Amino acid sequence: MNTNLNISNSEYDDLISKKAQKSPMLRNIFFAFVIGGLICMLGQFINDTLQNYGISKDDASIYTSISLIFIGAFLTSINLYSRLGKIAGAGSTIPITGFSNSIVAPAIEFKSEGYVLGIGANMFKVAGPVLVYGVTSTVILGFVYYLFNYIF
Amino acid sequence: MKIGKQTIKLNSKPCIYSTSSIVGPKEMQGPLAQYFDMHIKDIFFEEKSFEKAESKMLESCINNLIVKSGISQKDIDVIFSGDLLNQCISSGFAIRDFDVPFLGLYGACSTFCEGLLLSSLLIEGNTANQVIASASSHFCSAERQFRLPLEHGNQKSPTAQATVTASGAALVTNRAVADNGIHITHVTPGKIIDLGVKDMSNMGAAMAPAAFSTISNHLTDTGRDIDYYDYIFTGDLGVHGSDMLRELFKNEGIDISSKHKDCGVIIYDENTQDVNCGGSGCGCIASVFSSYIFNELKAKNLNKILLVATGALMSPLSSSQGESIPGIAHAIAIENEV
Amino acid sequence: MDTLLTYGSVFLTGGIICTIGQILIDKTKLSPARILTLFVTLGVVFTFLGIYQPIVEFGKCGATVPICGFGYSLFKGTVNAIAEKGFIGIFTGGVTATAGGIAAAIVFGFLASLFAKPTIK
Repeated sequence: MNTNLNISNSEYDDLISKKAQKSPMLRNIFFAFVIGGLICMLGQFINDTLQNYGISKDDASIYTSISLIFIGAFLTSINLYSRLGKIAGAGSTIPITGFSNSIVAPAIEFKSEGYVLGIGANMFKVAGPVLVYGVTSTVILGFVYYLFNYIF
Repeated sequence: MKIGKQTIKLNSKPCIYSTSSIVGPKEMQGPLAQYFDMHIKDIFFEEKSFEKAESKMLESCINNLIVKSGISQKDIDVIFSGDLLNQCISSGFAIRDFDVPFLGLYGACSTFCEGLLLSSLLIEGNTANQVIASASSHFCSAERQFRLPLEHGNQKSPTAQATVTASGAALVTNRAVADNGIHITHVTPGKIIDLGVKDMSNMGAAMAPAAFSTISNHLTDTGRDIDYYDYIFTGDLGVHGSDMLRELFKNEGIDISSKHKDCGVIIYDENTQDVNCGGSGCGCIASVFSSYIFNELKAKNLNKILLVATGALMSPLSSSQGESIPGIAHAIAIENEV
Repeated sequence: MDTLLTYGSVFLTGGIICTIGQILIDKTKLSPARILTLFVTLGVVFTFLGIYQPIVEFGKCGATVPICGFGYSLFKGTVNAIAEKGFIGIFTGGVTATAGGIAAAIVFGFLASLFAKPTIK
């Protein structure tokens, strides 16, 4: 028997694609759609209720974000958001509750390394890039917007 | 004595005298539950961190081995141990209170066989009489180091494997000191094989070529064919990786499906336990060998086995830098004296 | 009837955005951190291009609750701040508009870490 592998990297790669278990796409999409949609409806409900109580539109939308972030943080801290994420996938990752989850989860986990170097330093381990690229792209495009609307 | 390309024949046939295993709660729900010596009910094992829990598990496992074997610490010449954590801290801290020389190993999930291999070589060279080989892993400490935080909500890829929470340890002895008929006859240290797999969620496929290379070189070097062994046990290829190993052998015209079992597959019940492709981690083959397989060898239900532990030699850092996953596999031929 | 329609469009818009994310996860193996980053950046870009505003008008919270809505708030805040304060608004607008959410996430994260313990599923 030849002791060397008679297979090239690309042949092996093809073999993996052929044999690997596939994600259950339809099931995943169904739950992502439904749970993602429901979280947004919950946001709408909070928003409408606040506005009914006479809170201004702008403030209501900020309170809505804060409420959803609280819900995400709470569900994370009672170990439920990770379970939800297993079923909902992107349906629970993409809403703002998922942003909250991605901040709270490392904060809980890195407590064992202390308050400063553990919780403090690792809180934005997952969500940090969201702020970096969100803010950077906003400032750059804000500058472009300023040039086009106020200079030219 | 070296035979062939990379196999060492052990003329003194060192003996695997006894073994010890400890597992976590999830492994206790699996099909091998009855074989494990001890288990922990709480993943923190009454400690403040997962890393401390893993160390305590390994320490308990080695202590249990010493008690089971009826020896004392001063009889042990050296302990080989390794784990998945940076700087092998689980092992270092576990063995801190032992009054025994310690040699730390890193071979990722292949660590246990690397330890057995080195133990048997020390004994073959007449430089030691009683050596312990051990390894451990913990689901939570490994998740922290390699993946996302535990409480982060996400779906695992269907080819992903779950790190086993377990430790296993084996006492390898010079036959002149203690013998029970279970002997290491050949060892084949593996070469690093990398077929360019980059997917961190598909370690099984990344390691399968290394397992293939080591097994086929072992068979060539010893002049044996696959039917010589009752079983070839690989350590943590998982369902998908085992599939890939079978395919690689099929390409050579050899059917191994009736001769091959994977520790990562048999430790869990794939259908009822949420583990995707099965178990992985240093503790997987260590605990499965130290419980189920060793039991079967003692009962003479198995008489000739090839134990092949596979490891993925990458880190999150190398993967972030776009490197592929180098695989390794070490093989140990274990035979009952009949 | 109006409420029903509103909630229907919220559900539909939110659902579709999450579905796009799910397809990306399953097909490209992008990690959650990359998906979040991609979506927030797309939110900023689409708002800049004027594509996102109509989606928000149709889908309301269905468009603002997903993380691309965070990008929308960032850029919209910048536009408003530029209108009010001029050049300095480029730097202050975005983060000011989203300050509530960011502060909440940090504080709730810190508080949660004091009480909660990680566990396995």
